[in-house]
Amino acid sequence: MSVVFWKELADHFSSRRFMILLILIVFSGLWAAYATGQEIRENTETVPSQYAFLLLLTSSGETLFSLATFLGFFGPLVGITLGFDSISGEYARGTLSRVLSQPIYRDSFINGKFFAGLATVAVLWGSILLLVIGLGTTILGFPPNNEEIWRMLIFTMVGIFYVGFWLALAMLFSLLFQKTVTAALASMAVWLFLSLFVTIVSAGIAGLIVPDATSPEALARRADIENVIDRISPTTLFSESVGILLNPAARVFGFALQSQAEGILPTPLALNQSLNLIWPHITTMFALVAVCFGISYIIFMRAEIRA
Amino acid sequence: MSAVVETSNLSKRYRETLAVNALTLTVQEGEIFGFLGPNGAGKTTTILMLLGLTEPTSGQVAVCGFNPTRESLEVKRRVGYLPENPGFYDDISAKENLLYMARLNRIPEDQARRRTADVLEQVGLADDGRRLVKEYSRGMKQRLGIAEVLVKNPTAIILDEPTLGIDPDGAIRILEIIKNLNRQQGLTVMLSSHQLQQVQEICSRVGIIVKGKLIVQGQMDELGKSILKGRQWNFLLEVRGMADGLERDLQSIAGVDEIEKRPLGWFLRCTSDVRPEVVDTVRRRGLQLLQLRSEDPTLEEIYLKYFREA
Repeated sequence: MSVVFWKELADHFSSRRFMILLILIVFSGLWAAYATGQEIRENTETVPSQYAFLLLLTSSGETLFSLATFLGFFGPLVGITLGFDSISGEYARGTLSRVLSQPIYRDSFINGKFFAGLATVAVLWGSILLLVIGLGTTILGFPPNNEEIWRMLIFTMVGIFYVGFWLALAMLFSLLFQKTVTAALASMAVWLFLSLFVTIVSAGIAGLIVPDATSPEALARRADIENVIDRISPTTLFSESVGILLNPAARVFGFALQSQAEGILPTPLALNQSLNLIWPHITTMFALVAVCFGISYIIFMRAEIRA
Repeated sequence: MSAVVETSNLSKRYRETLAVNALTLTVQEGEIFGFLGPNGAGKTTTILMLLGLTEPTSGQVAVCGFNPTRESLEVKRRVGYLPENPGFYDDISAKENLLYMARLNRIPEDQARRRTADVLEQVGLADDGRRLVKEYSRGMKQRLGIAEVLVKNPTAIILDEPTLGIDPDGAIRILEIIKNLNRQQGLTVMLSSHQLQQVQEICSRVGIIVKGKLIVQGQMDELGKSILKGRQWNFLLEVRGMADGLERDLQSIAGVDEIEKRPLGWFLRCTSDVRPEVVDTVRRRGLQLLQLRSEDPTLEEIYLKYFREA
């Protein structure tokens, strides 16, 4: 497996496609962090300075979106870019049958490809965070505290699972459709559906189930149904878990009834409490990756490899 | 001598069609086996089954004594396979392509470098090893493909249509390389082709497959006899004069099986020696006999005949 892994990793890092992504992500990430950093510096009174670095990631400031939102939007694109031609590309080049007629197990071939993709994502994600920390230290004048570093580390893990899902999905499509373009389009379609249309669909279904939402209870019920359907999408899972993870003060997803919020002290949650909240999200995301990859695995193991 | 490839009643079914039908075939150690058949006859499917790249529907296969479905790694360690139209990683050099394959075979790095240089030398690409594969011509790519199957130091190599789409000169060069590998290193070679005339010189044995069925296998000179048992009389007849109706007369001779019009005369396939009767017939019609020549069937003819029936 390691042979395939290193070859793929080298391919990723030397490909133009990766360079374009890197430039795009690093620049937009830096811009977002810089803009919010400036804002935090100007309004020191209103900002809880305890978690200034997390704020760098989550506050949108004067820019259109926060860095976390940006990564949530862009992550899938990275995953798809790295995965959509992983199998179909080899097939089109005629290298697949040659590689698979070497004495390696078939699983080491796709494992190598998958983990090389994941490693690439980890490097990308890690380097953005390091840039933000570096830039933040310069702008704010103090380093992040322990808790912030832990939260950022876990944020990276969650991000890798999240992009890993899209990578696994793109790989699955590249296996199902032997044409590279079809695989790319299919992945894009799923991405668009899961990140944009799923909210419309969930609102529609919730409206059907609870047609009359005048009482607070009915409203809450409708919101619950919407939430459950939304959580099919890894995009929702990601943004919800990031919302909790990078904002220690947050303790509920979405909105809460006044009666529920009553008596809650506005103190930040400890890291393990935040983790407790998003644990189901992380597990689900992990499971989605595993399922996607598992399907590719099963198909690939028994596939006929014709030149 | 032991068998490198042995199949018995090997079949592969794709939904409705039977791509390979009860194929029983042996390739002995040290020989060059030509696996011949028209396009779509099931050659590639058979080869894929030999390498465990697809699973047989029924029947047994053994390659170097291993079952390719269950012990595919053992098979792949010993057998090099060159697919039809082999592809390479275009944007790295030929050498790096070979090194990647060597690494996949777990050959230690220093040994791999030596081996790579060796095999490039063997196929005449020693000077082009550093060039990117995308600059290679088709013939060069094919030779690079052969170099690559040699990297793992195989006991046998399987080549799928090695001369396909290559100019005659390049094809001869490739066949020469194959022949030398067989002579000098005792490498067992199995090659598939649809061009009999091209490969017949280097093959020690051939098998002809049509519509998934192996029609015949054996040494080149024996093939004709075994396949044309009972109809080994072939004549070429040429006459001068108005030959209207002669064909009908010839057809009525007992023993004449088939008559084929040739540019100069007729080609007769017969079940017995009908020469006296033919000469009689020609004389009765008042024609002059120019020649009546016995023609041993060439393998080419056998081959074409089966192709036409297919």
